[in-house]
Amino acid sequence: MGLTLSWLSIIVLIPLAGLFLKSFELSPEQFWAILSSRRTLNALRVSFGLAFAAACVNLVMGTIIVWALVRYRFPGRRLFDAIVDVPFALPTAVAGVALTSLFAAKGWLGAPLAALGVKVAFTPLGIFVAMIFIGIPFVVRTVQPVLQDLDPEIEEAAGSLGASRWQTITRVILPSLAPALLTGLALAFARAVGEYGSVIFIAGNLPNVSEIAPLLIVIRLSEFRYADATAIAAVMLVVSFVIIFAVNRLQRWAQNRIPVR
Amino acid sequence: MTPVTIEVRNLVKKFGTFAALDGVDLKVDNGELLALLGPSGSGKTTLLRIIAGLDWPDAGEVSFNGEDALAQGARERHVGFVFQHYALFRHMTVFENVAFGLRVQPRAVRKDEATIRARVRELLDLVQLDWLADRYPSQLSGGQRQRIALARALAIEPRILLLDEPFGALDAKVRKELRMWLRSLHHEINVTSIFVTHDQEEALEVANRVVVMDKGKIEQIGSPDDVYENPATAFVHGFIGESIVLPVEVANGAVRLGDRPLNLVAQGAASGASRLFVRRHDMLVGPAGSGAFEGAVQHVRNFGPVQRAEVALFGGETIEIDAPRDKELRAGDTIGLEPRRYRIFAGA
Repeated sequence: MGLTLSWLSIIVLIPLAGLFLKSFELSPEQFWAILSSRRTLNALRVSFGLAFAAACVNLVMGTIIVWALVRYRFPGRRLFDAIVDVPFALPTAVAGVALTSLFAAKGWLGAPLAALGVKVAFTPLGIFVAMIFIGIPFVVRTVQPVLQDLDPEIEEAAGSLGASRWQTITRVILPSLAPALLTGLALAFARAVGEYGSVIFIAGNLPNVSEIAPLLIVIRLSEFRYADATAIAAVMLVVSFVIIFAVNRLQRWAQNRIPVR
Repeated sequence: MTPVTIEVRNLVKKFGTFAALDGVDLKVDNGELLALLGPSGSGKTTLLRIIAGLDWPDAGEVSFNGEDALAQGARERHVGFVFQHYALFRHMTVFENVAFGLRVQPRAVRKDEATIRARVRELLDLVQLDWLADRYPSQLSGGQRQRIALARALAIEPRILLLDEPFGALDAKVRKELRMWLRSLHHEINVTSIFVTHDQEEALEVANRVVVMDKGKIEQIGSPDDVYENPATAFVHGFIGESIVLPVEVANGAVRLGDRPLNLVAQGAASGASRLFVRRHDMLVGPAGSGAFEGAVQHVRNFGPVQRAEVALFGGETIEIDAPRDKELRAGDTIGLEPRRYRIFAGA
């Protein structure tokens, strides 16, 4: 107990407290001025907006991937299952470099896209792609065990009660998975908001256009404007707390209704 | 309710090289409560799932009232199916579980909300669980879950009710209660019903007719009395009720146990190694020298109304018999045994 608390304090709580204390060196007016500056607002908008959009895409695609991995037996299934973890394991900078070269104007995917007039690398679209890449395992790994536990008999039951395939999916399967899907969404979102390494390579980092909040913090730090940096960090921290809190509530809500088997 | 008869003809279903059903013919009359009884792997669940439309046979026919059922999917067949592990929708309340079948009906025939609510209440009353309407399945006991699953299946007014080991996951006491309850419920609603079980007591107690299956084939179809009193095959005799099985030798109508001739008729069994089946309580105890068998009592235990004795027969083999308590047996006694009823089936 004592050990747990001390360790948690050293590793997590003290740095966090330091962060907040640092930002309290600013007067409320200064704090507000930093946050409401155009560059900060745009950076936060890019980070949170694109992270949310990427998490939504991951929710849909992740669910489809999970469905295929759990319900179908196909050659290479275990390989695909392992590949899902690659974004977890890959150093984010490596992922960033790889994605950038892939989507650059002369890259394998960038060239055909450029021919269509779509530019991915060094635009907000590039940030979006990187965020999808790093977020996908969160959805897959959260939903997978729940779907594995979901008895195929409930689909047969729904069918024999007269439900169409579509009704079975929307009324039985998705609601059963809902808590896990929401948790996966929140985790993918949280990860994408905080992502730095893979994004900065592909983003282009144009202020107000493709500059993410974590990058802005680094820039402020390198300019020795520590208070500015911590103010932005504090906002991100609060939002992250809210997300984690929401995830916890979702999980508790789910456990109350669904027995742990 | 419209009467429904089910007819199954020459049904074959293979999983890889394993034949789950190997040419099954069955006719189920309207309003019957039929039990499919057999050990695991005998094909009984497969047969039930094919009738429900949850599985498809490799060959054969299934018809309801003479109409080809295999042309329809599970959704169109209008069959109520109750699963061994309930398969309740865990994110829905009990009420919504029962209402599900009514809510997913096509808009054209769907009832209005008030009618659905009234119907669900009626069904929850029928299974005597109306007070659980707002609970979630995880908050119910196994027996309650199974009754809700049954109410849910009945909500669509099924033409046929199919139950797959409905009490298999419950403990012994609840099982016994639910058996009686199922029988009286069937009496009340009178829907043609088939249930699968591996528990002979359950089959004999609940069903009007029992179908005994083994290795994908039907061994015998008959009333509970019939399959118990007149087993058609060695398998049925061994599977239903406790039997003494003795390896005997039949030669031109004479029966021998080891080197000892027995004063029994061969019942038309062909010459060669055969098996003699006797119920434990059908072995009547007499003084030494009387009866077809003779043996020495090894060991006696008392079980309520009967005494169970281990007897070493002259001619080899040790058997267990159940005798009434009035004639006391003691270890070391030599007694005569006469089978009141027995069956001899050819083949070792």
